[in-house]
Amino acid sequence: MRDPIPVYIHLLRAKDMIDREYARELDVATLARRAHASTAHFARSFKQAFGETPHQYLRRRRIERAAELLRGTGVSVSEASLEAGFHSLGSFSSAFRELVGESPAAYARRWRDANAPAIPACFTLMYTRPTGAPEPSRQTQTEQSSRSAATRSEVASPPSTMKEAQSR
Amino acid sequence: MIEKLTHTTVWVLDQDEALEFYTQKLGFHVHTDARMDDFRWLTVSPPKQPEHEIILLEPGPPMMDDESAEQVKALVAKGILGAAAFETSDCRATYAQLSERGVSFLSEPAKRPWGTEATLRDNSGNWFSVTER
Repeated sequence: MRDPIPVYIHLLRAKDMIDREYARELDVATLARRAHASTAHFARSFKQAFGETPHQYLRRRRIERAAELLRGTGVSVSEASLEAGFHSLGSFSSAFRELVGESPAAYARRWRDANAPAIPACFTLMYTRPTGAPEPSRQTQTEQSSRSAATRSEVASPPSTMKEAQSR
Repeated sequence: MIEKLTHTTVWVLDQDEALEFYTQKLGFHVHTDARMDDFRWLTVSPPKQPEHEIILLEPGPPMMDDESAEQVKALVAKGILGAAAFETSDCRATYAQLSERGVSFLSEPAKRPWGTEATLRDNSGNWFSVTER
């Protein structure tokens, strides 16, 4: 196998681009160019390296950014949706519900009542991207445990939603 | 009792390139650059904290077998490892200055309850908070 490090370095540039420019239109071709890869090859190697497709990563980053706004500022749900790069409130709300496990309005209310803890933002950026899984593998994690780590990372998602993680 | 933290290890992919990044881009000072046969002990310090040494260390033998070293390098290159938090008296000015020098940021300066914070990436892939309190 050839040295994966140079590939990771290029892939990370695209991933960082998502973290930085999540609010704008970012298609796979743009991201692939940032990673100096062909479009077809890029999505596959991104998933191999980071365990999810560029599109999934971007979607979860947008939801995380919106959740941060809803937690810490007084913005409305529709403002948070726009700020995070969603074109319609409907697609934002359903993505939020799917990944976080509750509606944006309920989430905002819960955290405003509870006062979000003062955790440095770089850590919330890295550790609070929602992991609620749209993938069908949630019930079969233990069955997959004998498979190789590389294979597993392509199909598995951590089982806990952000809500569950917070209530622990 | 233990009184202070004096050294912090940051895993880097290439010591020469890390040295250039930490001194030329971030403005840190070289504390020690010494060699003992093949081992290079390379440490840098933030400008206002000359007593704290950040050890810029390449994963490798004999500390690590080749396979472990490759695993650590892969984690660094994939940007998984977050090393520490830096302090600045002016986050926005520091962001502008470092961006000008080509430093990559993951998040722009934003106000938080405790101050203003941005997140940068070093040239190996490690991420750091840059916070003004």
